Amino acid sequence: MKRTAAITALLGAITAGAAWAEPAEDKLTINGEIEMTTWTEPSAVVEGALPEVISGWHFRGTETRAMQSDDFDNPGMIFVEDAMAAWDEVEGEAGKSCASCHGDVEDSMKGVRAVYPKWNETAGEVRTLEMQVNACRTENMQAEPLKYTGTDMTSMVALISSVSRGLPVNVATDGPVAETWEQGKKLYYTRTGQLELSCANCHEDNYGRMIRADHLSQGQINGFPVYRLKNTKLNSVHARFKGCVRDTRAETYKPGSPEFVALELYVASRGNGLSVEGPSVRN
Amino acid sequence: MRRNIITLALACAASGAAAAEVAPGNVAFEVGAVTQSLTGQPGDPVRGREVVGTKSLGNCVACHVNTEMSDVPFQGEIGPPLDGVGDRWSEAELRGIVTNAKMMFPGSMMPSFYKVDGFIRPGNAYTGDAADDSFGPLLTAQQIEDVVAYLLTLKE
Repeated sequence: MKRTAAITALLGAITAGAAWAEPAEDKLTINGEIEMTTWTEPSAVVEGALPEVISGWHFRGTETRAMQSDDFDNPGMIFVEDAMAAWDEVEGEAGKSCASCHGDVEDSMKGVRAVYPKWNETAGEVRTLEMQVNACRTENMQAEPLKYTGTDMTSMVALISSVSRGLPVNVATDGPVAETWEQGKKLYYTRTGQLELSCANCHEDNYGRMIRADHLSQGQINGFPVYRLKNTKLNSVHARFKGCVRDTRAETYKPGSPEFVALELYVASRGNGLSVEGPSVRN
Repeated sequence: MRRNIITLALACAASGAAAAEVAPGNVAFEVGAVTQSLTGQPGDPVRGREVVGTKSLGNCVACHVNTEMSDVPFQGEIGPPLDGVGDRWSEAELRGIVTNAKMMFPGSMMPSFYKVDGFIRPGNAYTGDAADDSFGPLLTAQQIEDVVAYLLTLKE
């Protein structure tokens, strides 16, 4: 990062001893088995926008990074266990559980997280994993939908993500999703709220720098759902989007809204090539 | 904008004269600089320092390092350091930058601290809800003057 190096030198000259916060050089292996790609070459999606694609894992402290490397230390895995029980639970008028149709989650769901959000031909829409879970519940199980950012939903998404850990994010951006992807890209660069900040202001132009006590990452979402030490729970992508937009002093979009679905598609694609990490650990 | 009305009322009471405040939409920029005081009242550098360093006020140090207030923790690295700005910029330039930095630096990430229109989806502070009747500029006219007065004290 030539740009940051130059500014580091400048800052160093002005304020001797100013701490600089580069993303940490480190290697993530889960349970001593799954080798994770957390820092990689930019895909065509971010060509010219990012010189490198870096997981948020590198922007967190040593202890937080270590927590994610072992499932016994990762608090997000408690929610995954809850979802494993829910996977086998019969709910709804059809008398089915997830397992009734999908069998073993580790076999049937492997690779699924990596390609979402994706086009659903039958429904003629871009679906997030949450939307697909609820479509399955209402249509196939004839059960009530789960609250979009509720713990039951986020835990289920964490379970489905966990069996894809280590596989590269590979979200399609062309064909039937192209229009939604363009909408998401437009939102990414739109400066919202009274502070007039876009996603790009912080996460493309200033990643690696401190904004007050926060170490700005690239805002990659390959690690979602995220267990945050700050609120000690699993956090969904749309809940995080909402928090970020709120912090621009804007009227936010709603979780599950077409705007956030489009934004998720676009942001997910910016992380193409990184490993699926969910549930990850951040502060 | 109850806050502004109160500020104005206080200013009038203090001076005994109706020193008209420049409304956010009426600020006159010349190449990004603003020559005329927004209040006609001198800025108070002590109060300005508080605005610069306090999270719920200007929170300038969220993005700018300022050695003079090294007691304030977690200073940001987004914008240029504030050290020496009183030498690098004139009073009018500093007033213009703090009021609306985008007039001098198009595309700047810096928020406009004395502006009330032209926003996309303006919210009600940090609630995530839409803005309501209480919507006003991030800082009052007098706070802008106070910040400018403080920044002018930051010499190399």
